[in-house]
Formats: sequence, C-alpha cells, structure tokens
Amino acid sequence: MANPSTSSAVPAKGLKAWLYDRLPIASFMESQLYGYYAPKNFNFWYYFGVLSLVALVVQLFTGIFLTMFYKVGEETAFDSVEFIMREVEYGWLIRYLHSTGASFFFIVVYLHMFRALLYGSYKKPRELLWLFGMAVYLALMAEAFMGYVLPWGNMSFWGAQVIVNLFSTIPVIGPGLVEWIRGDYGIADATLNRFFSLHVVAIPLALLLLVVLHLVALRHKGSNNPDGIEIKEKLGPNGKPLDGIPFHPYYTVKDLVGVGVFFILMAIVVFFVPTLGGLFLEAPNFEPANPLSTPEHIAPVWYFTPYYAILRAVPDQQLGALLMFLSVALWIFLPWLDRSPVRSMRYRGWMSRTALTVFVISFIALGYLGLLPAEGIYVLFARIFTILYFAYFILMPFYTKIEQTKPLPERLTYHAHA
Amino acid sequence: MRTLNRARGAAVIAAMLAGAALGVPAWAQEEAAASTPAQAAEQHEDSHAAEKARDWQHWQAQNEVSNVASLQRGARNFLGYCSGCHSLKYVRYSRMAEDLDIPMEQLEQYLLLPGAKPADYITTSMPPADAEAWFGKAPPDLSLIARSRGVDYLYQFLKTFYLDPSKPTGVNNLRLEGTAMPHVLSELEGVKKAVFRNVEHEGEDGKPVTVREFEKFELVVPGRLSEADYDAFVRDTVNFLDYVGEPNQVKRRALGVWVVLFLIAFTWLTMLLKKEYWKDVH
Repeated sequence: MANPSTSSAVPAKGLKAWLYDRLPIASFMESQLYGYYAPKNFNFWYYFGVLSLVALVVQLFTGIFLTMFYKVGEETAFDSVEFIMREVEYGWLIRYLHSTGASFFFIVVYLHMFRALLYGSYKKPRELLWLFGMAVYLALMAEAFMGYVLPWGNMSFWGAQVIVNLFSTIPVIGPGLVEWIRGDYGIADATLNRFFSLHVVAIPLALLLLVVLHLVALRHKGSNNPDGIEIKEKLGPNGKPLDGIPFHPYYTVKDLVGVGVFFILMAIVVFFVPTLGGLFLEAPNFEPANPLSTPEHIAPVWYFTPYYAILRAVPDQQLGALLMFLSVALWIFLPWLDRSPVRSMRYRGWMSRTALTVFVISFIALGYLGLLPAEGIYVLFARIFTILYFAYFILMPFYTKIEQTKPLPERLTYHAHA
Repeated sequence: MRTLNRARGAAVIAAMLAGAALGVPAWAQEEAAASTPAQAAEQHEDSHAAEKARDWQHWQAQNEVSNVASLQRGARNFLGYCSGCHSLKYVRYSRMAEDLDIPMEQLEQYLLLPGAKPADYITTSMPPADAEAWFGKAPPDLSLIARSRGVDYLYQFLKTFYLDPSKPTGVNNLRLEGTAMPHVLSELEGVKKAVFRNVEHEGEDGKPVTVREFEKFELVVPGRLSEADYDAFVRDTVNFLDYVGEPNQVKRRALGVWVVLFLIAFTWLTMLLKKEYWKDVH
C-alpha cells in the first residue's frame, strides 16, 4: 500500500492545482486526514461519534425535503404530513427516515456519551470538548422537542403543553416566560409557527456551529482512547505518536463499516417497524391536535423519558421541574466532579465501576418508567432510581478520590487482529 | 327537539343500510361466498368458547394487509356500511382502486358514492352540524383510526355491540363504553344481549367488592350472516382500515427487503476493505 503521507502532495497543474493554490485544501487534509494520528486501539464505543455526525446529515437532508411539502399552521400541519405520507412520491420514506433518524440520533448520542463516562473522555485537557458536546446535546433536545410538535398530532399538542408549562414553575418570571415562549395564552398556531422556524433554521444552525466547535476542540487535543493515556507522550522518529495511526485511511474505512451497520439497523426500523410499537412514533399522534381531548397517558418520546420520570417522581411540581433541569445540567459539571487520577474505567477501582454501572441501570430504568403511567409501585421505583441517578454525580468527587486505581500502562493496549 | 333529531338520524341510517344492501358488486360477492364458516369444530368446545368470549379484550384482528381480495371486500363493506357517516378524507377513490386492483368500471359502477369522481377523496355527504345533532358528536374520519387505536381495537369494537335500552341508540359496546355509534351492522350480525355476572373480588382494603364482569353474548335476533361470516366481514373491514391508515405499507415492506439486502452487501464490502487496510497495523 502506498504511503498515505505522499498522497497529500500538491499537484503540479490542472484544475486541482489551481484549486489547491487558492484554498488550503492540502494543508487541511494533511492536518486533519493523512497527518492526523488517532490512537490505534479504538473499540466498538468509538463508532458513535461519527455515527452522530451521520445521523445529523440524515436529519438535515430528509428535513430539507420534508420542508418542501410540510405546511406550517394549525389548520394545515397535520394534513400536510398525511399528504407527505400518502401522495408525495416516497414521501413516506423521507418522513420515516426523519422520524426514525431522530430516535437513532439519540441512541448514538447516548452511546457516545456513555463512552465518555467509560473512558473519562471529559477529563482534562478535554473539558471544553465535553462542554461543546453538552451544548450539542442540549440543542438536540430542543430540536427534537420542537420537531415533535410540528406534525400537530394530539401528542404533539399535549407534549408541548406539558413541557412548556414546566417553565411556569420558575419563580416570578415563570408565567410571563411561558406566554412569551408560546406567543399565545395556550399552545396555538403562533407556537407552532415559531417552533417551525426554530426547528428548521435557528437550532440547526446552532447545532452545526457547535458540532464544528466540538470537532475543532477534539482535533486540537486529539482523541482520548480506551486506556485513557496520552499517545502524544510517546513519539516516534517521524514526530508522530508511536501508538497512533493516520485517521485516513485507517479510521475512515473502519468508520465506513460502522456506518453500514448503522444504516442496516435504521433501514430495518424504517421499512419494517417505523413506529417501533409506539416508541418512535406514538399512536395518539395519529389523531390531530385536540385541546379538548387529553390523551389517556401523556408520555414524551423515549429519549426524554429518563428526565420525565425524574420530574414525576417528585410530588411537588416546582421541585420536580427543578430536579429535572438539574438532572440534565449535572452532566455539564462532570469534568470537575471527577477527581480520579486516571481517566479510563480500565484502571479505576471498584467504586467508580459500580457507580457507573448503577448509573447506567438507573438511567435506563428511569427511561422505562417514564413511559409508564406514574402510579403505584412505579412512582416508588422512579424515586429510588432518581436518588441513584443524582448519587452518581454528587458522590463522584468522593469515590473517585478515595478509591485505589491501577497503574497506567506505558503504551496502548492493542492486539492486532489476524 | 333532540329526540326529533335522533329520529331523523335513525331514518337516515336506515336509508343508508337499505342502500348498502343493494350495491354489492359481483367480484366481491364471489369472494364472500368463498369464505365459508368452519363451525363444526366450534360446537363441541363449549367451555372453550365461553372462555374465548370472556376474553374479548384479547381478541386479535389477525388481518393480512397484503391480502388484496380481503381488502376489496373490506372496501365494499366500508363504502356500503360506513361511508354514510365516516369519511376517509386522505384517501382518493382512484388511488384505492389502483392499490386494490379494482377495475375503474367497477369502481365507478359500484363503489363511488353519489356525485363523487374517481380522483376525489372519500368524504361523507353528512353535514357535520347534523351529525353532531344526531349522534352528540360528529362521526370521526377513519383515515388513521387503525394507526391511532390499532386493528385489534377496531375488531373488538365491531364485535362487542350489545343491547342496552338505557342508551339513545339502544346499544352499548364493551370496547367503547357508551359509544355514540349505533350498531349499524346489526342487520348482518343480528342483535346480541350481553350477560354479566357479579364476581366478588377482594378490594384494596381487604373487604370484598362486587364487580360486574362480562360473561357472554346471547343472540336475540339473528342477522343475515352466520357468526363466522360476520367475523370474516369484520376482519375484512378492519383489514381495509389498516390499509387506509398507511396505503404504502405493503410497498414499504417489499422495498425494505431489497434495501436491507443491498446494505448488507455494502457493509460486507466495507468490512473487506477495512481488513485489507488494517493488515499493516500492528
């Protein structure tokens, strides 16, 4: 195989030469593709960054086509979605790709976040990288929430009602703030219109900017890895990390496999189970928005249900909303809550490992409970898991500090496959 | 005033039923005859049948949306019995005919509602204001009912009407207590009485609580169809509503097989590519 670094040589003539002379293409490829060395021991968990990017692109493209046919407005929105589903050529495919894409986006983002917890990717010197990532996550939540309102089904309406009303629990400014968000005294046409504007223009722009910042910060400090040690500390004679390999072609071809598997799974859902039994598209949303008829059981889409379960676990609405906002916000402080001298779980003690395990179980359990009605034993479970959820963050400074860690290896742990 | 309106409503419904009874197309009649009942096996399993009746909440539609003959019968059923009150406002006659292999002449001869053109959406001629006066609420559009409620719900609903003199329509329904809908299909199914029994349960506080539980149906007035034929009628109708909820679903699944096969082949190639490149990573 040709030495990858020679392929970035500047061509002598032709259109390519003309372009390369006028744009920093060569230096960009050198610094970001052939010359960017990534740790060679990336495992399964390292697919989900690129997959998040792929999911974003899928959403942007399908969204553009949906916007060509979607008609914003409380009189037209629901009908136009059905028009897309029935009469637009392959409209059903575009719509299912978009609705399934939203859920898949969250699946890969959650796995990507789990990876960060597992290998301490948020720790110094990648705090800012983590913060940009959190900003992406928050923007994504806003994007998904507003997108869910657009079809103007009954769950769109009542979901918006519940979520927007959460802001009314903020002391003093709450009620006024909610009116300002809605643009009306209730969830109405004005709300739908502004959500559309935010969903298709403002938040996607913000998302793109944040993703670029996330990537710039990543490339500046370099990726963490499953061992959580810096590969830049062991350089070879060429000045490149001994345990690093060029991002291109090694990780581009490897990521392509991940993208293929991602598309297979997505296609299975899109073509065979697009509603996924009500998880990805909820049954009440096939009824038009009706302010006079509350769905039997209001539940957000699965990716919000862990937080929703926390909200409902608290008897007092104001305190519940506060805890819910806090449960989202706590992620932001991870780089400073974690006092461990090592990054990766591989070299941490039993306390960190137990804490992470309990946290993951709590998050999934809360997600499940958030889908169920808040009654009987479910409330009790939701409370227990809420406490465990918060314990992970609040106790982190202590258990990460006192536990015994294992010695870090000199070089990466890597076993070449045959 | 209200009763007068109700009487008018009843008259409209009767007229619709009469109209529906006439217009059964030839292609559909053949299909209907083909679905003969298999009652013999049912007879000697009385206790089994009783248990099945009590278990109405778990009855399943078991419809096959790829069965075009069933969808054709369902379309006939819907346009004959349901479309007087219920619209399918997102479905065009012509699109339906195309999907269900119904020839254009037959569509125009048997299925088009008076005044409708093939490219029209399937709407109802009942003025919404009248509908509300007659039934208390306008009968809902059924384009998406199979998606919002599910096919099993519809199947159970159409099979659990029973006599209830306390209701203005004279009937009630197990699936949807106090439904405003009259039992439009009673001339086919017949009229059923529901037998309830009182069952003692232990309440939350330990004291016995008497609960009224559904026991079985008893046929009071037989209809034009046997039990098995009515069952087939309902399944076909529900099947049609399933199709109507997502007309592209058969095409979706068919296309999906090829897309997934292509992606598997593509991914397999990328795996080979990855292996080739990673040979020199040690």
